[in-house]
Amino acid sequence: MEAFQNLGFWGTLLVTVVLSALPLVFILLYALVTIYLEMKVAAHVQDRLAYMRTGWHGVLQPIADFIKLLQKEDIISVAADRKLFILAPYIVFIGTYGGYAAIPFSSIFIGANIDLGAFFIVAVSSLVVVGILMAGWASNNKWSIFGAVRSAAQMISYEVPTVLAMIVGVMITGSLNLQDVVKFQAGGIQDWVVFGGPLPLLQKLLISPFTIVTFLILFVASLAEVNRTPFDLPEAESELVQGFFTEYSGMRWALFYVAEYANMFLVSAVAVSFFLGGWGSPFGSALSGPIWGFFWFVMKGMVLIFLQIWLRWTLPRLRVDQLMYTSWKVLTPFLFVCILGVGLILVL
Amino acid sequence: MIETKTLPTSYVSQPGALKTSSGHTLRTDEMIINMGPQHPSTHGVLRLEIVVDGEIIVDVIPHIGYLHRCFEKHAEHMTNYQQVIPYCDRLDYCAAINEEHSYVLAVERLLKIEVPERVEYIRVIMAELQRIASHLIAVGTFGIDAGAFTPFLYAFHDRELILNLFEMTCGARLLYNYFWIGGLSHDIPPQFVDKAKEFCTYFKPRIKEFNDLLTFNEIFIKRTANVGVLPKDVAINWACSGPMLRGSGINWDLRRDDPYSVYHKLEWEPKVGKGEMGTVGDVFDRHIVRMREMEESVRIIEQALAAIPAGNVQAAIPKRIRPDAGEIYARTETPRGELGFYIISDGTGTPFRVKGRAPTFVNLSVLPEISRGAMIADLVLIAGSVDIVLGQVDR
Amino acid sequence: MTAEEIYNSLKTKFGDAILEAKLDALQPWISVDPAKTKEIALFLRDDQAMQFDYMMCLSGVDYNKDGKLGIVYHLFSMVHKHKIVLKAFCTKENPHIQSVSSVWGTANWHEREAFDMYGIIIDEHPDLRRILLPYDWEGHPLRKDYKVPEFYNGMKVPY
Repeated sequence: MEAFQNLGFWGTLLVTVVLSALPLVFILLYALVTIYLEMKVAAHVQDRLAYMRTGWHGVLQPIADFIKLLQKEDIISVAADRKLFILAPYIVFIGTYGGYAAIPFSSIFIGANIDLGAFFIVAVSSLVVVGILMAGWASNNKWSIFGAVRSAAQMISYEVPTVLAMIVGVMITGSLNLQDVVKFQAGGIQDWVVFGGPLPLLQKLLISPFTIVTFLILFVASLAEVNRTPFDLPEAESELVQGFFTEYSGMRWALFYVAEYANMFLVSAVAVSFFLGGWGSPFGSALSGPIWGFFWFVMKGMVLIFLQIWLRWTLPRLRVDQLMYTSWKVLTPFLFVCILGVGLILVL
Repeated sequence: MIETKTLPTSYVSQPGALKTSSGHTLRTDEMIINMGPQHPSTHGVLRLEIVVDGEIIVDVIPHIGYLHRCFEKHAEHMTNYQQVIPYCDRLDYCAAINEEHSYVLAVERLLKIEVPERVEYIRVIMAELQRIASHLIAVGTFGIDAGAFTPFLYAFHDRELILNLFEMTCGARLLYNYFWIGGLSHDIPPQFVDKAKEFCTYFKPRIKEFNDLLTFNEIFIKRTANVGVLPKDVAINWACSGPMLRGSGINWDLRRDDPYSVYHKLEWEPKVGKGEMGTVGDVFDRHIVRMREMEESVRIIEQALAAIPAGNVQAAIPKRIRPDAGEIYARTETPRGELGFYIISDGTGTPFRVKGRAPTFVNLSVLPEISRGAMIADLVLIAGSVDIVLGQVDR
Repeated sequence: MTAEEIYNSLKTKFGDAILEAKLDALQPWISVDPAKTKEIALFLRDDQAMQFDYMMCLSGVDYNKDGKLGIVYHLFSMVHKHKIVLKAFCTKENPHIQSVSSVWGTANWHEREAFDMYGIIIDEHPDLRRILLPYDWEGHPLRKDYKVPEFYNGMKVPY
């Protein structure tokens, strides 16, 4: 971004628009891949094959789904609040997409190299809560409101463990700027924060248990942030077809769906950047470079996405009060202990 | 112009009104929510009118009758008793053989005929296979209610093998018309015994796998323990039966305690809930009773397969079914509970009155008693643990 | 206890409320006064020698003879393992039978079904409305002289 300083107003504007559209393109392509992955992983976990006929083993199915959704009728119920109903999916998507500005995709590409990167991501993704509440309210449906209010409570509660887990990463790496955090871990798999970071061996051994636990808690909290099973009570099919986005059909529903997948990748990307070395190659300087960096980053993100999909189809879901209990009485105290532990070890 | 009648206000609950269908007056912080007839999780067309205070349920009023198909009126117009059997099938379409068994037993007792032993053994084998198939549906859909989508498919994979066995015997997979008054419609084919033995050997480790995946999963236990507790005296007073009764710790099984067919010659025992993970009579207990009953059914089938005597399955079928005037009530243990048929005969070939006492109709009536104070998420699990099939509730 | 003993015990306690009995049938039955079913039910449930705590079935019947309707109760004791059948008759002109839903909770829905199908009005029932048919249906279908209505709320019924 620094190279494009002197292009004048229109030049800068054009470059800004193009570069900020790149993550959007990435999201759309990634959504197609993930829809296919979810479908196939779900099927193989459930002892069946999914689509096999559209393309080889169903690879063209996501495109077929996309075309089907495009041509659906746009139904908005008469008693629904039209303006909020139409606005809600966009707000949810903006809340997610805004976070992509601060994610380091590679050593040469980060949307905005802000010193408060992590803080910015957490703040912007809180917009999603507003969008969900809007969707639930505007649907004029008691079940949607139930789902929306539960979702709001859940997301707000699980931001606390997320932020506390990030604090552990910040303490070790010394910066909120995600690009710096990733550069700190360059040097191969032994330098990743989840294994203690690039510290002397004794400190590393002492810190590793805390960082591994923190990484697992961050993963669990991120499942709750994106409303995936076992925390998907807001969209529980047993209470209502889709919770807060029941009344949505066609492209509006597709927008919610893409926003959910984008959110999944966002939280995975944050976890990867803080704990798994970001775009750094696990082999240190071998196989590294700007394009390789992008490849490693996406690979690590997809591993976490695969884990999320796998868990969704295996575990039952938690009830709302058990969910809150887990967040406030289990995850948060564990994280306090971890922060204390990491802090002591770093100081001594 | 046809005038439509206005409904009496006490019969219809309008959201925001001050009284619900059962006369409960709403406070200002309560809300009426409808888990309406079309719902992914009520296992059929059942309307639950829920009065909630936040997430806590104050009252549940079930409204049934959406699948009423006038079984009893049809039975009175059939030309003979045999023609009622396909209607019995369609009462509980998930466990059709057990429905037929109960009706056929009642008519045979009224006619005072003895069926050959071979018929009895085959009936027991079919009934137990159907019990496994029905429990597989019950636990599979129960998993979906709890949020675990995978065990449902594992359960249906095994159910396919059972349905193949049925298709091999009588040609139908779901609604059989197989038990006839005095015998069976077809004898079992020669390869049936081996295939059934194969199925039994295959199925035992699958139950264990299912338990590892769902029943003993930490999250599932947390969802189901201490939820929807049905105390013993309430269970007996409200005439619950089947896994609901046994889940509450009462050791009562009609196959042993009001014996029929050849169950008394086989070695097996009823499974009772013991409050392993929570209180006795909670949702977990009913679920584990169903899982363990499947193991017992496999045991019964293996014993019966080894002991089938030779004979003619159609030897005792009477040419004309004309019982003397009289009446009888006979009951059997179906997967969902005690199914009874009360038949009044007036001496002609047409039944005078056939009343089907459906177990799920009675089990469902206890739902309001056990779900006050639970949360909406729990209500879904409680309704799932009652294991309703609306065809049987509404007849 | 045999049916004879139960009948004698009831006759001594309730006298005229016990009408007729057929004790040699396949399943012996005792007919009771329709206005006193609750008392008799309470006695049957609570008496130590009887303890009929489980009501297996409650059916309405239309006998198609002089407008006679009735309800048949099948009772069972989980403690003593004996059964008995009670019957309460009424007429179409005066179709009233007292409720036993305060004695056995399961009678609640069964009696609603008897009302729905036969029009037998159950006195002292906590919530007597139709159960299987829509709440504004006219007529009682399982009666032998029932005619299917032409129209229901503007929709043609026989098709």
